[in-house]
Amino acid sequence: MRITCPICGERDRREFYYKSAAVALERPDPEAGDGVWNDYLHLRENPAGVTRELWYHETGCSAWLVVTRNTVSHEILDAVLASEARA
Amino acid sequence: MVELVAKSAGDGLLPVTIGKLSLTEEVPTALTSLMPFKGGAAALEAALGAGLPGPGESGAAAGGRVLWFGQNQYMLVGGAAEGLGDAAAVTDQSDAWVVVRLEGEGCEDVLARLVPLDLRPQVFAEGRTARTELMHMMSSVTRVGPQAFMIMVFRSMAATLVHDLKTAMQGVTARR
Repeated sequence: MRITCPICGERDRREFYYKSAAVALERPDPEAGDGVWNDYLHLRENPAGVTRELWYHETGCSAWLVVTRNTVSHEILDAVLASEARA
Repeated sequence: MVELVAKSAGDGLLPVTIGKLSLTEEVPTALTSLMPFKGGAAALEAALGAGLPGPGESGAAAGGRVLWFGQNQYMLVGGAAEGLGDAAAVTDQSDAWVVVRLEGEGCEDVLARLVPLDLRPQVFAEGRTARTELMHMMSSVTRVGPQAFMIMVFRSMAATLVHDLKTAMQGVTARR
C-alpha cells in the first residue's frame, strides 16, 4: 500500500502512522452538550467502503494527512494536508 | 576536576570497509535546525544569502549545506548559523545526530535493503534529500556524490544504524 503525501510524493505505508477516522478535525463546541460530545468521543462509523482517516507522515515530513481510503479494496483515493482539509 | 573526553557519535564503530563499499563517520562543525517563523521564510533566505530548498532538495548556504528536513524545517549541516535568530527558530543539534557517509559501487543496492525509496541516480540525483524510514528509524538520506550518500539518524541509534548498514553491505558484497 502506498500513500501520496502532498509534500513528499508517493511513499510506502511504513512511513505513516494511522490515527483513526478524521472526526478529530470537527471538534464540537465546548458547550455543545453531553450528547454531541459522547458521539464525538465514542461513536464511529465502521464502513465497508470509502472512509476519511487521519494519517501521520511519521518518518517523512511530519505532516498530518486526511487520507480517503476504501476499506474493502485498501485503495487510497486521496490524501490532503489536514491543515488544509480543515480550513 | 573531572576531565571529560569528547566522543563523536560513531566513535569505536566506524570506519567500516566491506568489498567496494565504505562507511565512514562525518562530523560536521555544526548541525543547526532552522524553522522559519510564520511569514519569515523570505527573511531567513535573506539572512542565509541563499534560497531555501524545496521538499526533497538541498543546497549550499551560509558556508555549509542546507537540507530540506520536513514540513517547514531545514537543517544546516556545517556552516555558520549566526544572525538567523530573527527570522527562524534556530536550534543547535550538533550532538543530536550521527552522520555517516556510505560510498562505493552498489551503495544504492545497500540502501534498497533498508529504505522504502527509489534511490537510483536517475530518480534521486546528487543533491536530492529525503526524510524517510531506515529499518524503522527516522532518518535523513541525501545523495552527496555519484556513488555516495550522507545518512543521518538520532545519535542514540548510531550503533543500530552501523549494524544495519554493515549487514546490508555484507549481503550486497557477498552476492557480487
